[in-house]
Amino acid sequence: MFNKILVANRGEIALRVVRACKELGIKCVGVYSEADEASLHLRLADEQICIGPAISAKSYLNIESIINAAGQTGAEAIHPGYGYLAEKEEFAQACVDNNIVFIGPTPENLKLAGDKITAKKIMEEAGVPVIPSSPGGVTSLDEAVSLCAEVGYPVMIKASGGGGGRGIRICKDENVLREDFPIAKAEAAAAFGNDELYIEKCVLEPRHIEFQILADRFGNVAHLGERECTIQRRYQKLIEESPSPRLTPELRTAMGDAAIRAGNAVNYFNAGTVEFLLDQDDHFYFMEVNARIQVEHPITELITGVDLVKEQIRLAADGKLDFSFDDLPKRGWAIECRINAEDPDRNFLPSPGVVETYRPPGGYGVRLDSHLYQGYELPIFYDSLIAKLVAFDLTRDGAIAIMRRALDEFKISPLKTTIPLYRKIMDDSSFQKGDFHTGYINKFVPDEDEDED
Amino acid sequence: MANGKKVEVRAPMSGVFYRRPTPDQPPYVEVGDTVKKKQVLALLETMKVFQKVKCPVNGKILEIVPQSETPLKDDDLMFIIEVG
Repeated sequence: MFNKILVANRGEIALRVVRACKELGIKCVGVYSEADEASLHLRLADEQICIGPAISAKSYLNIESIINAAGQTGAEAIHPGYGYLAEKEEFAQACVDNNIVFIGPTPENLKLAGDKITAKKIMEEAGVPVIPSSPGGVTSLDEAVSLCAEVGYPVMIKASGGGGGRGIRICKDENVLREDFPIAKAEAAAAFGNDELYIEKCVLEPRHIEFQILADRFGNVAHLGERECTIQRRYQKLIEESPSPRLTPELRTAMGDAAIRAGNAVNYFNAGTVEFLLDQDDHFYFMEVNARIQVEHPITELITGVDLVKEQIRLAADGKLDFSFDDLPKRGWAIECRINAEDPDRNFLPSPGVVETYRPPGGYGVRLDSHLYQGYELPIFYDSLIAKLVAFDLTRDGAIAIMRRALDEFKISPLKTTIPLYRKIMDDSSFQKGDFHTGYINKFVPDEDEDED
Repeated sequence: MANGKKVEVRAPMSGVFYRRPTPDQPPYVEVGDTVKKKQVLALLETMKVFQKVKCPVNGKILEIVPQSETPLKDDDLMFIIEVG
């Protein structure tokens, strides 16, 4: 096992990894930018080291600076958290080159996860169902028009080099495609430096179901059940739960097997997530592999009893995976709300500033992963995720009741947060019945364009 | 609005001020430029969300107060525009 781990991230996930290290008796190093000196994870870490200025590109995304920090502090391994460098092949490779263990997938895994077209091809060959789509990148409108006629409308246009739900357009017919294709191309070029587009059939009113996988260095892959991540806004997840109210045991087995096949097909290592779309007729389609620990990992931890971050560390230290899904003592239901410093009444405008009042919820069935504290000034430079509130109980109804109560207790001011929106959703009968699709959130917030004029 | 009157454009919230859409593109506007109402003058990035700073009037840019890529506080002065 490692003696010292450097945590190459900030916010709640840095705190999450620091806590895992503490429990494992491993010393940990917290890194920070000049804007993050007051961060909570630094107070809990054993050592702290500044890695650059406020702008992320010069600090949390600065590979050289982070590798140097590991060298200076004598850290043997780096946990990248999520976002930032977590899925950068170049960073994982830099760790290898500097004899530092990257706590995450291999550089080859990361390369493949970032290349959706190749990944899909491999999955198709491995017998994992995929969505009908363009065989490769599409660059001309004529090519797009004939392809879409084959695949069938509606279609979805995505940037080949994109990710995180950015730069996606849905075209309901050929006219819209002719209008949107050139715009999507320009956007892809501007955002990702690559104007290649990727077209696929758009599944109507789907559910987004993902499977957690773990893999060791010896070829063993296990899945840890699903996470229901259907409730999203602009492809950003808001509420997740596990298990999914939609899956039957048979469907869970079929999708879990497909997730393991997906992991095996790419020689996956460490923790990852296999994302699927599920249509109304129980057909599921592989979407992508998220080659990192995910924001919503706590719900899986609560229902399986497996600490995924500790498992990531153990597997990175050549630990062996010696269980399957059937062996796990699964119980109960977990629901997570991602609480953002955003104003749901003003088109989710960010809301930075000083946290003058901070009263976190507690009690039975509540888990709170948050880096906030009273008096903390939320920097303007970083993500708006301020807390992950998770409710756990033996039944879904019980978990909803706990979440409702915990949201009522949770007081953060004067920042605006998404707490009131989640409170409304907990009272919604469709949510309570587990009856929703990816467009569900439009019931509560209009999908306005940012340019109102 | 009367010609010649000066109008201030202030930050609607705290954020990082950007004068150009990407580092390799020219600035949206320069001092002395004639600008139209609703024209984009700059970007303001707050917690990874970019907002367009739009011109409130037709006129001319008299002054651009902050340097590009600097953090601003809520209500900081960004532009002074002469109505015309």
